[in-house]
Amino acid sequence: MAIELPENVVVSKLDELASWCRKNSLWPMPFATACCGIELMATGASRHDLARFGAEVFRFSPRQCDLMIVAGRVVMKMLPVLQRIWQQMHEPKWCISMGACASTGGVFDTYSVVQGIDRFIPVDMYIPGCPPRPEQLIQGIIDLQDKIQREGTIGGAEFDVKARQQRKRPFVELPIVNASGLVLPR
Amino acid sequence: MTVRPEVTVALESRFRDIKVSEFRGRTRVVVEAAQLLDVMTSLRETHGFDLLVDVTCVDYLNYRDAANRFGLVYLLANATSAERLTVRAFVDDPDPTVASLVPLWEGANWMEREVWDMFGIQFEGHPDMRRILLPDEFTAHPLRKDYPLQGRGERHNFPVLARGEG
Repeated sequence: MAIELPENVVVSKLDELASWCRKNSLWPMPFATACCGIELMATGASRHDLARFGAEVFRFSPRQCDLMIVAGRVVMKMLPVLQRIWQQMHEPKWCISMGACASTGGVFDTYSVVQGIDRFIPVDMYIPGCPPRPEQLIQGIIDLQDKIQREGTIGGAEFDVKARQQRKRPFVELPIVNASGLVLPR
Repeated sequence: MTVRPEVTVALESRFRDIKVSEFRGRTRVVVEAAQLLDVMTSLRETHGFDLLVDVTCVDYLNYRDAANRFGLVYLLANATSAERLTVRAFVDDPDPTVASLVPLWEGANWMEREVWDMFGIQFEGHPDMRRILLPDEFTAHPLRKDYPLQGRGERHNFPVLARGEG
């Protein structure tokens, strides 16, 4: 027996509804450590207007956020802070690695700079650029919204997928070879 | 501005192993590391060099014609006469040590801590000889020339957080 619905009623899955709500009200946590942070500020300001995508409410407390935007290089002294802030954020939460330095260490291939935050915390979206323009960040947020809608977090589905949780391989340092082919000790 | 001749003459007559040179209007004094505190006291108390602008260091490992490994650099200024003076002192492995200048200039405190952090130079008589920039658990002194640019794995020594781990 078919039930007749009034015209102003839409039927959906609860999961999709929850994802739709979440993706259109992202609360970013700005972890801005370098020049990418300036572009991040520009993205939130009136000209580029992140409010069009429902992600304009920057909060400086991890308890009130669900999207961490790591903008800029992260040094080894800062990484424990980053991990702690990430752990303080409530599920469901997402992470954007903004710019070359946050994603790979960029030009800073030195003893103190972490070579990509994805070695130590999970990352959902990488934004290339040095620094990326606000349009690129906006595109990253739109893509992240698609991802949130697709995955659906209400049943904790993202935790079940073994492949998705696979840990990054530990970084293997390449040997330093001098001009005559000798391998030098690190 | 170059230093008045009477200052360098007074230094040379009072301290034996002192070398004074001039380059492009800048005066430089090379002193024995053991005499550093005496020379600095004399410069500050007698000759009016009341400002310690900077303390830093150079590692001369594998540098051509270098006799010593570490060369400390002290930049002094006389705020009244606008004279500026560079004082150099050389120290060596295995235990590079030099007297601290904190008794003379309070501002030497953090600058000497930075030199300790980056080069591992000990400053005798420093009230608070701790690392200033790097984390306390760091074991190396990274601006030494025998420290590899990419480090010894310090940048990878962290736990990996996966999804769902808090």
